[in-house]
Order: sequence, then structure tokens, then C-alpha cells
Amino acid sequence: MSFINYSSREINCKIVYYGPGLCGKTTNLQYIYNKTNPETKGKLISLSTETDRTLFFDFLPLSLGEIRGFKTRFHLYTVPGQVFYDASRKLILKGVDGVVFVADSQMERMEANIESLDNLRTNLAEQGYDLNKVPFVVQYNKRDLPNAVSVDELHKALNHRNVPEFQAVAPTGVGVFDTLKMVAKLVLTELRKGQ
Amino acid sequence: MATQLVMYEEEFSKINAVCDRLTKDANAKVVFLVDKNGQLISAAGQTQNIDTTSLASLTAGNVAAMGGLAKLIGENEFPNQFHEGARDSLYMTIVGSRVVLVVIFDNRTSLGLVRLRIKKASDELSKIFDALLKKTESPGMGSPFAEISDDDIDNLFSE
Repeated sequence: MSFINYSSREINCKIVYYGPGLCGKTTNLQYIYNKTNPETKGKLISLSTETDRTLFFDFLPLSLGEIRGFKTRFHLYTVPGQVFYDASRKLILKGVDGVVFVADSQMERMEANIESLDNLRTNLAEQGYDLNKVPFVVQYNKRDLPNAVSVDELHKALNHRNVPEFQAVAPTGVGVFDTLKMVAKLVLTELRKGQ
Repeated sequence: MATQLVMYEEEFSKINAVCDRLTKDANAKVVFLVDKNGQLISAAGQTQNIDTTSLASLTAGNVAAMGGLAKLIGENEFPNQFHEGARDSLYMTIVGSRVVLVVIFDNRTSLGLVRLRIKKASDELSKIFDALLKKTESPGMGSPFAEISDDDIDNLFSE
């Protein structure tokens, strides 16, 4: 749910990175943080455990520029991927405008991907959203690993809606900005339609 | 799905006025108003050294987590939260189940005074947000982005 402020001429949108544990959601945000100009980004906040696993969420505010005199700001969030943090995941989806599903391309994580996508659908529905309707992008991460499943197979398992999909290697940035730009575009396009 | 939050000039200045007044009346350091989804709406007082965007997001996260806890024990939500620090303390109140009023204060004031002033400000804010919601829902208030073109969107990314 975006926030439009006519007075300060700003528009704020919320994008959530979802996916199974260790699929690279936080790495996506870290790459974006490291590669954006200091004046366009805020602090990257990570609420994580001592072993760097996301405990509640990561948060990164980004300014993208102006559209028709309105400053556009995107708030990027990640959810904790581990199965037992489901209660926290639900909370982070509140007021979401666009979702990126980060899939782990490794063969042994296929089940975890499918489980996480089902979980996303259920949790969105609880907040009154339909995964078939929200601005949605899929990212196939870890394409550089030898045990990566083919994109074709990932597509069949995870992208029934046939939304834009990207191959990525998050630590080196491959596909990271393409994913972000696409989801931002979809969110703005949705906004144009109004409510 | 909840309706989009839209802020207009008139309500925005009223909200800012309430926050300014609360800062003075409660003798507080800073007053923030944050949307439950983590968007900062208004900030008053000594905001220069505070990362307001992060504060808004963490406030929303905290309120959401406490709300989740409340439901687990059969409460609807915890409308008020107080966190006491060595120097500065923080008081959060949910207003109209939609926004969160955050007051940061030190020992130049007291928790009692802060609570009292928050109560009054909270009532006023509640009325403003009710009016705002009606305005947003009234016909003729279409999306300001209905006119934007694909080019406008593409231009954002053409660096």
C-alpha cells in the first residue's frame, strides 16, 4: 500500500524480497546498497542473529528520482527465510506493493523453493492480497553454482503466472538491478491504474 | 486490502501542527507520526540527528511484532508501549488503529505529563485521519498517477 503525500510531493512504495532460507534475499539488498549513490539511499538495517541469519527483516530505503514532480521512494524489505519464522514473515507483508521471489537454483533447494512460494501465497492471502494479482517478479539466484537446475525447470515449478523472471548471481550483482527495476516498474504501473 | 494512504496539504499541515504542539506541551525531544506500514508521515522537534526513515520502519516492525504477540494472548493489540532508556525514553501509541505516534523524551519531562499530552494529541489526530480517509474514498479523487506514461516510468531507470 503506497503512501502518496501531495503536500511534500512524495510517493513511497514497499517492496518485499521473499524466498527460502539462504536463497540470497539479504545479499540482493547488500549489493543494491553497495552500488547506489549515498545521496539516493538510506541506511541498510539488518535485524539478524549472531550468525547473520535474518531474524526479523532487512530494510533499505531508496530514492529513484521524480515522476511528474513526485519524488519516488522505494522501501525494500527482506523476510527471514527460515521456516520457523513464519509469524514474522506475515507481518512484513503488511502493506506490500510489490514482491520479488528469490529462488535458490540448486537442485537440493527445489523443495524449499516450492514450499516458500506456497507460504508466500498463503501469507499474502491472509493480508488480503492475491499472488496472482500483486506486482510480482521471480529471480533465479545462484546461477553460477554447478548444481543449478535449468531455468526451464525452475520456470515450470515456480512461475506459473509467467511473470518477468531473471537469472542472478547476487554476490556479484548479476541480475540484481534488473530484478529491482522490473518490480519497481510493475509497482508504478499498478499505481497508474489506481485502486 | 486496506486503502492507500493519501495525504493532502490541508490535513498535512493540521497533523504537523498537532505534532509540533505535542512536542512543546509534553516538553519532548522529538515527536514522530508513522504509518503502520513503516512510512514516516510527520516529524517534529530535534530531528536533525535522527535517521527518521529507519526510525519509521523499525517502529512499524516493533508495533507489528507486539501486535502479533497481543493476538497470541487473546488481546487485539497493545495500544501503548513505553521503553525506558538511560537518558532518553520512547513512548508509542497507536492512533485510530492506523498510525503510530512516537514521542522521544528525556528527564526534562515526566512519563505522566507525556502520557497526558499524548492522549489529547491522539484524539485530535484520530479525527484528522478519519476525515482524511473519507476524503480519499470520495469520488473524484482518482490516482494522481493515472496520467503517467510508460516513458515517465522508463525515464526513472535510464541512468
